[in-house]
Amino acid sequence: MTQHNRAKFQPSGKIQFGIFFQGVNSGTVWKASESGSQTDFESFRRIAQTAERGLFAAFFLGEGLRLREHLGRPHALDVAGRPDAQTTLAALAAVTSNIGLVATQNTTYNDPADLAHRLASLDLLSGGRAAWNVVTTDNAWTGANFRRGGYLDHADRYVHAEAFVETAKRIWDSWEDGAVSSSVSADSWAVPSHVRSVHHSGQHYSVDVTPRLPRSAQYRPVLFQAGDSPEGRDFAARQADVIFSAHPKFDDAVEFRADIVSRSLAAGRGANDVQIMPASEFILAATDEEARELKEWVRSLQIGPQQAVAYLEQFWGRELSAYDPDGPLPEIDPVVEETSETRGSGFHGAKARQLAEQWRSEAKEKGLSIRQFVSSRTSRVDATFTGSYTAVADTLAEYARVGAVDGFNISPWLVPTGLDDIVNHLVPELQERGVYPTEYAGSTLRENLGLATPVRSESLVPVQL
Amino acid sequence: MSGNPRPGRPGFLALELDGDGAHPAAWRKARHAPDELLNGARIRSTVLAAESAGFHVATFADGRVSSGRDIAGRLNALQRAAFAGPVTSSIVLVPEVDTVYTEPFHVSTQLASLDYVSGGRAGWLVAASGSAEEAAAVGRSFAEGAALAQKAAASVEVSRRLWDSWEDGAVIRDVATGRYLDVDKLHYVDFETPADFPGPGYSVKGPSIIPRPLQGQLPVVAQAGLLPSDVDVVLVSAPTPSLLAAEVAEVHRAIAGGGAVVGAGPALAGGAAVVAELDVVLDARGQSASGRLAELDAFTPWPSSRARFVGTAAELVDFLAELLVVADGIRLHPAVLDVELEELAQLVLPELRRRGALKPVAQGGTFRELLGLDRPVSRYGDAGALAALGAAAGLGAAAGAAVVGSEN
Repeated sequence: MTQHNRAKFQPSGKIQFGIFFQGVNSGTVWKASESGSQTDFESFRRIAQTAERGLFAAFFLGEGLRLREHLGRPHALDVAGRPDAQTTLAALAAVTSNIGLVATQNTTYNDPADLAHRLASLDLLSGGRAAWNVVTTDNAWTGANFRRGGYLDHADRYVHAEAFVETAKRIWDSWEDGAVSSSVSADSWAVPSHVRSVHHSGQHYSVDVTPRLPRSAQYRPVLFQAGDSPEGRDFAARQADVIFSAHPKFDDAVEFRADIVSRSLAAGRGANDVQIMPASEFILAATDEEARELKEWVRSLQIGPQQAVAYLEQFWGRELSAYDPDGPLPEIDPVVEETSETRGSGFHGAKARQLAEQWRSEAKEKGLSIRQFVSSRTSRVDATFTGSYTAVADTLAEYARVGAVDGFNISPWLVPTGLDDIVNHLVPELQERGVYPTEYAGSTLRENLGLATPVRSESLVPVQL
Repeated sequence: MSGNPRPGRPGFLALELDGDGAHPAAWRKARHAPDELLNGARIRSTVLAAESAGFHVATFADGRVSSGRDIAGRLNALQRAAFAGPVTSSIVLVPEVDTVYTEPFHVSTQLASLDYVSGGRAGWLVAASGSAEEAAAVGRSFAEGAALAQKAAASVEVSRRLWDSWEDGAVIRDVATGRYLDVDKLHYVDFETPADFPGPGYSVKGPSIIPRPLQGQLPVVAQAGLLPSDVDVVLVSAPTPSLLAAEVAEVHRAIAGGGAVVGAGPALAGGAAVVAELDVVLDARGQSASGRLAELDAFTPWPSSRARFVGTAAELVDFLAELLVVADGIRLHPAVLDVELEELAQLVLPELRRRGALKPVAQGGTFRELLGLDRPVSRYGDAGALAALGAAAGLGAAAGAAVVGSEN
């Protein structure tokens, strides 16, 4: 593309799908008879192969570093027990052929040389289908499971993450194309001078390594990023290929796109260089009416009476089991100043008393019980597309037309059959409208997302092997 | 129990699948170009060839790669094993995983996950990197000697505890009470490195992020002498083949006599299984083994701490059959994977099986089952606490022997 084109955002007119197998939180229904295992490989295989049948671009796994807690004990009411992302994705690489394999991995409790090596390994194993969703973690509660402990200041997290990502990119750049010989009669296995060492010496870590892997079919793993703060957005605009965003609602999505385009341009990248795939949930049926009924059923299973009370307990910091889930919010005040991170990042750092006061008046005003109120808070109203296959397809076609997003990262509410409806009914509707792929563009994730091949970032010092 | 040889008891065979073979110049005799080594297709074809040949176990080396003109790249061992999981059905998958420069919590989760993707066929070959390069790569201070053993032991202990931190049946899915988990079956492990731990100490809180592995505890494999306890399979090397049987018998005696490599749990003979390490070069492609070795050595010398068998397939059959009288298993390191594996599959394993020297290969069997190990209860459950009390009172060996006896 020319410089002129690069500065102007061009909608692709298409959307793609990713699947986010969550493994935690209340979004996954475990009480239905169809609810499968959260840990057995068969669940992962089934859902990944279904996604691939539906031409999904990516299969996405989160990362578990500490089991979520509730009032000082492991949280009992939601699904839990997720396997290691890269290990599971390496196994999925053997039973899939086109879908991208995205591992969420934090920059705090990993070493750059080790993590870059393992991601490069997954990328080669899968024939160029690996991606890394870069996340930061800074709290000491998570750090209690790690040798490194909770050593990072919250303010430093993106500085640290960016140095980490830069180092990883240099490691992935270290073998030139054609570095590995193409004949057994070559003088040496790798071409001398085509492999370079990487040195980094910084505040949080130092790296001195001769990387052990060549480039993959897609050059290097694709980078996803999900931070939503201004620092997080700038970080993504500089480093990421795809943003796993929190803005699926149409107007928000358009606004978020404009913001990311301007940040990308400011970072010296093209307007289309950073793709956006918001988190989303789909509740679909043959008719709008049936979809609404289905949604009520899904919501009742996602937030049962115990979960509703437990949700408030997390903010109140005390037991509230005496309160009727179908009655009003508790009149007593929270015993904590700030909510803790122990139930996941979504619960972290709220001003508890202020929040309780605000919620009580909001629930009273709307006449909501504890259960109704919590359901309204946790159902991610903005992120849910509810309706008939045709109605939702029409809605998504509009996103594609204006380029509000590049795709949706779908969290199925049922595992492992939660994509069946989408693949069997929604995807064909979208294809008829010309807004969804009808085949995989290629065998690598980069090709299937339509991302450009990276440019070698810098010259490195050759090493003698 | 006695550590004496157990004549007539069949053993198992493991094959190391690293790269193009154990000889550093093996890539020059491979059936594919160097740039076709580091991919999934290669893993699929080699592990399936090993499984169909009748090997019980595949191992996957990790860590440093050779320098100079030979193979300079290696895919992560645990990922190679994970990739092999869904494409195989009987072969046990044992990656080498480092304990010195890795986070024990990650290692534990990764290995438990490997157990899930392989249907309970996973093991852990404990590595303790002694290289300054690996320390520099992650910016840690270089550890060596006794410090390596201490770091390895700490990492293994963390994994052992985390694997037990979810008791069996912790996922209850009780719709009536709204509970997905039974929190009483989840346990903090509160690991702390001992006071004499070399380098910065650390703690691990737990519980694990993943439920108990399918096998309860993955079998832990280590070179003789690395871990003072808590090892299920001990790998034994000797300078020459003729010294190997004696070395294996010596390690068996040490295990039975409470020596330095005693296993904590009941294994084949009340202790760890003993596996002999053997490099193998065979007559093949119309060339003698010694001729093939000389040709490879002319490219790059092959330094190895293992005994090396160089000869015909028939001679190897006799040698292995005799060695399996004392060893619980043998791990073969083929000089050239593509070449030796073909000879082993056609001429060696069928004859060993005919002679009754090999255990049957169990479809869907676990690594613990292959080793004759029961599936232990969690140390944190009521039953586990009772078992620990029994062991403390000196009842463990008798109880363990009874379990092994009932399984066989």
